[in-house]
Amino acid sequence: MVDKIVATCAAAVADVHDGATVMIGGFGTAGLPNELTEALIAQGARELTVVNNNAGNGDTGLAALIGAGRVRKIICSFPRQTDSHHFDRAYRAGRIELELVPQGNLAERIRAAGAGIGGFFTPTGYGTDLAKGKEVRQLDGRMQVFETPIHADFAFIKAERGDRWGNLTYRMTARNFGPVMATAAKVTIATVFEVVALGELDPEAVVTPGIFVQRVVKIARSATIGGGARA
Amino acid sequence: MTTKWTRDQMAARVAAGIGEGMVVNLGIGLPTLVANHIAPERDVILHSENGVLGMGPAPTAGQEDYDLINAGKQPVTLLPGGVFFHHADSFAMMRGGHLDVCVLGAFQVAANGDLANWHTGQADAIPAVGGAMDLAIGARKTWVMMEHTTKGGEPKIVPRCTYPLTGLRCVSRVYTDLAVLDITPSGMVVREMAEGLDFAALQACTGAPLIR
Repeated sequence: MVDKIVATCAAAVADVHDGATVMIGGFGTAGLPNELTEALIAQGARELTVVNNNAGNGDTGLAALIGAGRVRKIICSFPRQTDSHHFDRAYRAGRIELELVPQGNLAERIRAAGAGIGGFFTPTGYGTDLAKGKEVRQLDGRMQVFETPIHADFAFIKAERGDRWGNLTYRMTARNFGPVMATAAKVTIATVFEVVALGELDPEAVVTPGIFVQRVVKIARSATIGGGARA
Repeated sequence: MTTKWTRDQMAARVAAGIGEGMVVNLGIGLPTLVANHIAPERDVILHSENGVLGMGPAPTAGQEDYDLINAGKQPVTLLPGGVFFHHADSFAMMRGGHLDVCVLGAFQVAANGDLANWHTGQADAIPAVGGAMDLAIGARKTWVMMEHTTKGGEPKIVPRCTYPLTGLRCVSRVYTDLAVLDITPSGMVVREMAEGLDFAALQACTGAPLIR
């Protein structure tokens, strides 16, 4: 029997090793799988490379992971926010490496990894500091930059409902990076607010097919708290 | 006596330039105001790169749901017909040329349409780019909405950007608090000026040659 349901977040993240690359879903606070990230803090893995759109909000989840000194490198598009003080401090102290990636390149590099694509050319970033040193080519009459896939050992994502085969649905803009990250990691761990029986999810509405998901953990429902916005 | 356009007057001008049925992405900051000036009966579809098409206005107080936010991480609503999608699809909409217009803020715009809006380049500044580079080159038209000069009175329209670039030759129109300018193959053309402003005065606070 295929049963991807895992009882606790702690059990789900138990095998994250030192030096692992961990994708963490979420844009701002929507879709941030903080329960898994908090479990990872307790688990103790170090020297992590984290892939997330941002670099933590407030004092929980990814912000706390950075604050605890567990992240060696972060790959993200928008680290600087009103409440990114843990990242800001670590970055200014030289304790964390930053690979800054345009947001669409971040999504597409993750997608490429999940789809088995060895890289792609895109006009995004051509002629800017973020394309320095990268291969360029003129294609379709435009200068384009070669971008490489981003693979991960683990992906942590927050979904809404799931079943024991790992099929997932999401809630509004909390979907964001979840579906692409799920494809790009060796082990994808999703939290859901509801576990339903096989067949209960409308097959026309499943966003992430279970093939991309290895573990599903049910968590207590809580409303997303805002963060990251300018005052 | 020149009367500068207020932020809302600037936003109303941008909104008037957006055609019926267009799909538009409004950048963080000043461009966000444009949404308030698109009449509700008009079918203008707002895209937000975090994964929404058909974004509606801010919710009333107490109705905020932080799973439904815009790119500025502010709570928004969804119009009937609105949809959600993941990030790779969202940026495919941009990079694939499916968005009609994006409206971005800027530090500097050069005479040739080069845009600088993501980083001041200062040594102690923490760089953050978000979707700016994808938007600048991906939308069919990239418009900029910004103050005409810096707080210190320096031109933000410049011969060449001195801040790090976001995109090359990507801006086609600039809305400022003093004028509406089109960037054309023959140069920067003045389409409209604030009341009481004459061409010489506009040229004096603009770092690139203007065409009447």
